[in-house]
Amino acid sequence: MGALNIILSNSSDLPIYQQIVDQMRGAILRGELTEGALLPSIRALAKDLRISVITTGRAYDELEREGYIASVAGKGSFVAPRSQELLHESRLGMVEEKLSEAVRCACTLGVSRTEVNRLLELIYEEDGK
Amino acid sequence: MTALEVKNLRKKYDKFELKDVSFKLESGLIMGFIGPNGAGKSTTIKAILNQIHKDGGEILLWGKDNVRYETELKNRVGVVLDEGYFYGHLSLKRMKDLIAPFYKTWDEKEYRRYLSDFRLDEGKKISELSKGMRMKYAIALALSHKADLLIMDEPTSGLDPMVREELLELLRRMIQDENKSVFFSTHITSDLDKVADRIALINDGRLLFDQTKDELTERHAIVKGPLSLLTDGAESMFVGVRKNGYGFEALTGDAAAARRRFGDQAVFERSTVEDLMLYYVRRDNDALAH
Repeated sequence: MGALNIILSNSSDLPIYQQIVDQMRGAILRGELTEGALLPSIRALAKDLRISVITTGRAYDELEREGYIASVAGKGSFVAPRSQELLHESRLGMVEEKLSEAVRCACTLGVSRTEVNRLLELIYEEDGK
Repeated sequence: MTALEVKNLRKKYDKFELKDVSFKLESGLIMGFIGPNGAGKSTTIKAILNQIHKDGGEILLWGKDNVRYETELKNRVGVVLDEGYFYGHLSLKRMKDLIAPFYKTWDEKEYRRYLSDFRLDEGKKISELSKGMRMKYAIALALSHKADLLIMDEPTSGLDPMVREELLELLRRMIQDENKSVFFSTHITSDLDKVADRIALINDGRLLFDQTKDELTERHAIVKGPLSLLTDGAESMFVGVRKNGYGFEALTGDAAAARRRFGDQAVFERSTVEDLMLYYVRRDNDALAH
């Protein structure tokens, strides 16, 4: 299995199950968890994270509904196969979400569109590969 | 599958009464049973174990009546009680030799493993054990007959944090098997924040709630803010409010609505099991007093 870090915060506004969903989805989209990788059982994960098996069960249900993982009775849960197209779409979605947040922030603070565009270019020059 | 179901349990004593207590525990889960001293936790547990005669209601273990099928069910239930049902003058080995024959499912190998895991010396007398060691010994005996349901009355009271953590870890390990369940009463609510899947709260002989910890923590929140926010029936959103000269602190049972209403003007914090118990019991006691 690839690297899987799950760091849960009790002071976060997000419910614990949502934090697990976000971090597992992230690990799958970044390719840290690859297609077909076996995930820990909901009971083992609950034990290791010291949370309720109801919480991990709910996180897995959600990931399954979103199509990121698949469960096979008696065998466990796996990272679901996804087409490259779908994968790219999900990645675009994640970036879009962050950019929307930045645009909203700019609007509230009165930073202009031209300035935001310039900032984006600048960030690409400095941090982009 | 439902491991334990208590339906409308009633028991009347001179000065205390269990009134229609109902709750349910599914297999594979850990349930914490909380409430103030004298709320009826031990009485409920005694009724489940058929140690007292109930006046009404029904108690089912895996769907079977706990009195009618007592002999059959006994093998599947492990019991750890707060105090003294061991003979202090016996060695651990003698005590075990007395108990083991009562169980068809006794597993001597399992018992040996727990003894060494818990670093228990079989030659010692029970009266020589510390409280923590005695608790571990009781758990070793309960688990060695392969109980599917572990019922414990205040197992962590009087134990130091290290031993308590060990015990909680043991419970987590136990429910790796989805057919096993744990039901335990406690007034150390932080243990439940750590280990419970489901929580039942009892006060003055009545059940106040029985819900998953997830539902409880998601629905509730501690809200803190200036007193000026407490207008137009705002207080009706709260289970309880505590005010002082500088502001208020409250528990809400509808965190989403409270967030919509107060937004950035208030501070929201996740409620602990202790918060839930304090606010709900206080409200209930106030209602009883009026």
